[in-house]
Amino acid sequence: MSSPLVGPPVAKAKALSCPNCGGAVEIRGFAHTLSVVCPSCLSVLDATTPEFEILQKFHGKQRFQPKIPLGSRGKIGDIVYEAIGFQVREGGSDDDTFGWEEYLLFNPYKGFRYLSEFQGHWNFIRGLSALPIETRSGMKPAIQMLGRTYVGFDSMKARTSFVLGEFPWQARAGDVVQVDDYVDPPRMLSSEKTQDEITWSLGEYIAGPQLWKAFGLPGSAPPATGVFANQPSPLAGKVRSAWHTWLWLNVALAAVAFLFTTLSTRRNVFEQTYTFEPRAKTESSFVTPTFELTGHTSNVEITTRTDLYNSWAYFNFALINEETGHAFDFGREVSYYVDGGEAEGKAIDSVTIPSVPSGRYYLRVEPEMDSKGTRINYTIAVRRDVPHYTFFWIAALLLLIPPILTSIRAASFEASRWRESDYAPATDGGE
Amino acid sequence: MSAPAANCPNCGAPVVFRWSSAVQTTCEFCHSILVRTDVDLKKVGEVADLPPDASPIQIGSEGVYQNKSFVVIGRIMYAYEQGGWNEWHLIYNDGTSGWLSDAQLEYDLSWLTQPPVSQPLPAHDVVNRGKRFEWNGKIYEVTSITKAHYQGVQGELPFQYWDKADAVFADLRTTDGDFATIDYSDSPPKLYLGRPAEFEELHLKNLRQFEGWA
Repeated sequence: MSSPLVGPPVAKAKALSCPNCGGAVEIRGFAHTLSVVCPSCLSVLDATTPEFEILQKFHGKQRFQPKIPLGSRGKIGDIVYEAIGFQVREGGSDDDTFGWEEYLLFNPYKGFRYLSEFQGHWNFIRGLSALPIETRSGMKPAIQMLGRTYVGFDSMKARTSFVLGEFPWQARAGDVVQVDDYVDPPRMLSSEKTQDEITWSLGEYIAGPQLWKAFGLPGSAPPATGVFANQPSPLAGKVRSAWHTWLWLNVALAAVAFLFTTLSTRRNVFEQTYTFEPRAKTESSFVTPTFELTGHTSNVEITTRTDLYNSWAYFNFALINEETGHAFDFGREVSYYVDGGEAEGKAIDSVTIPSVPSGRYYLRVEPEMDSKGTRINYTIAVRRDVPHYTFFWIAALLLLIPPILTSIRAASFEASRWRESDYAPATDGGE
Repeated sequence: MSAPAANCPNCGAPVVFRWSSAVQTTCEFCHSILVRTDVDLKKVGEVADLPPDASPIQIGSEGVYQNKSFVVIGRIMYAYEQGGWNEWHLIYNDGTSGWLSDAQLEYDLSWLTQPPVSQPLPAHDVVNRGKRFEWNGKIYEVTSITKAHYQGVQGELPFQYWDKADAVFADLRTTDGDFATIDYSDSPPKLYLGRPAEFEELHLKNLRQFEGWA
């Protein structure tokens, strides 16, 4: 279009010399730039005036070097941005100030974004203009914005202590704004309040090494120390999935137990009732008739049902293989007392002997009793291949360990995060 | 679109209207501001040089928003103490007109909307931050009041707009990100309802070029 009213086909970058020191000053943000800092003498210049009027001379104590050099370009989420502005800001109280860095990123079509950095933790930030809804999350203030809830993290006065590069507003050292941060990791919603307006911005946590790669910076990103306000927990989602896995493993375990139960034959192989008279002077031990234990090597359950009442009995058992003579020896005590309506013990006992090979077996039984006791009747029942659940209970307990450990680690990460918050559950001292 | 053509009453250059409902345009050659009357064009003023701006949009830029294509045919430029912005006048392929504002590369689309008769727009001296209105079933809250300076016009506009000085705008927002502007530069004030748009959502073509940015 050849219209004299339409701007030149290509907008040119501008370069001028600093009215304070004569050094070269480059403008990268075209006509968006309202103020620019001379890289040599650090004077803040008014970029809208043809002669670059001086807005502020440098009175700072320290000269900061941006970690991402101004003029470098990097691709974040498919869009190339150029770092054109840099400021160091300070917050906190008089005896406990801390500083962080902010970078202004620019693309002539897609607009402005920001990067912030604190102790190796980075955020990629953009402006947001929806209306916030104030709410609360437990004891903490919170903001609902575009369907998400952000929990109050800190509230402070932020003072600009150093500026470099250019800005689409008149940025000066000494600017003070009220900053409030709200988190929903990995996001952080921030408000900056001046007398006239409140602006909102939304940050997303971004790893330093990712930025170093995007901007092609030499060396490696400074390591992140501590846990940052909106740093995503490395265990985020893992707690849920650990319990999810736990649930499914339990279902699987229950299925195996069920299969085990249905496959167990639980054959009754022997049952006989006997009488024992403790005062009889006859030999008490005897052997049972032989019975057949069939099938694969499996367990054997021996149940002793007695009619004991306020008394005890002791049974020495031996399960003996008729062919090999191999014996499984074991003793069982049965006692049952009732005292003022409260029962203690049981008149019945059951024991499982694991891994008994098949073959012909008999039991040798030797009952003993309190010599003052009276005659008892008891029944011995032998069952082959009964389901046995101890293993399953142990397995179920072991399965609990990973999700519990994950939960504890996740909780401790969150505790570290919130220790740094102005809304920390317990603060020592303070105002 | 077959555009009605005329000649500039000042310099005689052809003046082409891209939009049949345009009320005002500027002569590309002699910078005259021309207003359409029933019979011809009348020169009402002259455009001062527009200040440098870095909007990537220009007259003739084309785009598509939600399957409706549009062409940029005019603009009004404003400045305020913290910068400036452009209100680009668009015509859509269905013949309707709308606005695309570019404020430091934050883009908003808006449309002139008639406020309900039962709820006329408040006078600018009673509009405060925090005041709420309901339009089309949504609650809008006043978030800022901006005093701006009119800086100039270019191209075709749906109304006469050329002798302004200062203008007051009330910006309103909803919780789902929509916005509204009450424009007090005219009496009675005008209401625009709109929403923000990502640059990619506008599918813009025929944009300005920037040195160093391919």
